Amino acid sequence: MIEVKGLVKDYGALRAVNGVSFTVRRGDVLGFLGPNGAGKSTTMKMITGFLRPTAGSALVNGHDVTAEPVVVKRLVGYLPENAPAYPEMTVGEFLGFIAEIRGFRTVELSRPRIEHVIDLCHLGPVRRQSIETLSKGYKQRVGFAQALLHDPPVLVLDEPTDGLDPNQKHEVRSIIKQMAAEKTVILSTHILEEVEAICTRVIIISRGQVVVDDTLDGLRARHAGARLDEIFRQLTQTDT
Amino acid sequence: MSQIPPLFKREFLGYFRSPVAYVFLVVFLMASVGCAFFLGGFFRNEIAGLDSYFQFLPWLFIPFISAVGMRLWSEEKRAGTIELLFTLPVTTLEAVLGKFLAAWAFLCLAILLSFPMVLTVAYLGDPDWGVLASSYLGSMLMAGGFLGVCSLTSAFTKNQVVSFVLSVFVCFLLVLLGWSVFTDFLGGYLALPAWLVDVVSNFSFKTHFDAFAKGIIDPKDVMFFLSLAGFCLFLNVLVLDR
Repeated sequence: MIEVKGLVKDYGALRAVNGVSFTVRRGDVLGFLGPNGAGKSTTMKMITGFLRPTAGSALVNGHDVTAEPVVVKRLVGYLPENAPAYPEMTVGEFLGFIAEIRGFRTVELSRPRIEHVIDLCHLGPVRRQSIETLSKGYKQRVGFAQALLHDPPVLVLDEPTDGLDPNQKHEVRSIIKQMAAEKTVILSTHILEEVEAICTRVIIISRGQVVVDDTLDGLRARHAGARLDEIFRQLTQTDT
Repeated sequence: MSQIPPLFKREFLGYFRSPVAYVFLVVFLMASVGCAFFLGGFFRNEIAGLDSYFQFLPWLFIPFISAVGMRLWSEEKRAGTIELLFTLPVTTLEAVLGKFLAAWAFLCLAILLSFPMVLTVAYLGDPDWGVLASSYLGSMLMAGGFLGVCSLTSAFTKNQVVSFVLSVFVCFLLVLLGWSVFTDFLGGYLALPAWLVDVVSNFSFKTHFDAFAKGIIDPKDVMFFLSLAGFCLFLNVLVLDR
């Protein structure tokens, strides 16, 4: 469960996130929508403890990320935007490092976890290849594998299907869907069909503020007959 | 602190996964041993000791340790992996120490790879093993001091060039302050009182290292390098926590 209360982030004079509040429960897949620069990534960076909020708080399973950052980081699997990873390591070495940091210190403990995510994300063919030589799609899947490795109760995914081809997108969506029942998931995306495919709830954020927080059906009911992209454009057009 | 071993391992092996380690080790050994032969007169002196090797180390460390230190944080920032690192369950202190210790171990390896020099003097003469041991200890501690400074400057910027230039500048000052030419200038030309010259030169790597090179292990000198590194790493944590 994630509870975000009045989150604010200032970059100098610019207020990137302005009083964002919402709650995500176990079993929810929250679609985080908004134009570029609306504050989606910044909000996710604060929830995962990478950025310190200027004001407000974010709680993950009841733990405040500012007060107990390491506890929260243990609970969360996070895929940052563009899936950063150490370029000189091979996929296997990188996942081995993540496993060690995640507390799987012996080979007996770490091997099954690593094999599991390599299978899940179809990384078998590239496991001995260094990350800098991978295509965008493979890099993205390495990031996804890294986030899933410790089977976290909470997943925060910043544009998880970015750079994937249609088949891989479908694959990632079905993985998320399968896991959704026993996890709390937030994912940001630009792709509205993705929201319709996997999300149970939608938050639209514009200029650092939440403009919609509703179920997909609720959102459709409010704008009878309109398609999701029309609703999106209507709500966020003040941004451009 | 339990997260330091995996961080250390990743970082230390990281040097050998890229050409960094091999280029660094080869060039550093050629430079340091070359200085001992061509500038220090290793054979010409006919002394069974490694003074000619160690006397150039403070100067060689300026560019070489800056080169190792510049990437510590700048590269993480540039590649975006800092976001990955700090959303894993590690504290900032663990991350700073893990990286620092790995880089320090790597530098110690570079220093110890000069061992054929030791074998040479042992074969040709009868060296003072105590002086050799204290010189090696001093070099490794001094490397830690340099590296602390470089790790800190690297945390300020995501640009490795800026980080390198800053490190070289600060380290150069910290060596210069104890260089006899400079202290003579302060005491003679500027006629500063001797106590003031002593205070200034006490901030220098060179002053504290010279004692080790003479075979003196003074706790004061050990503390200088350790506390300098410790202070820099403390600031390093503060800078990253901002």
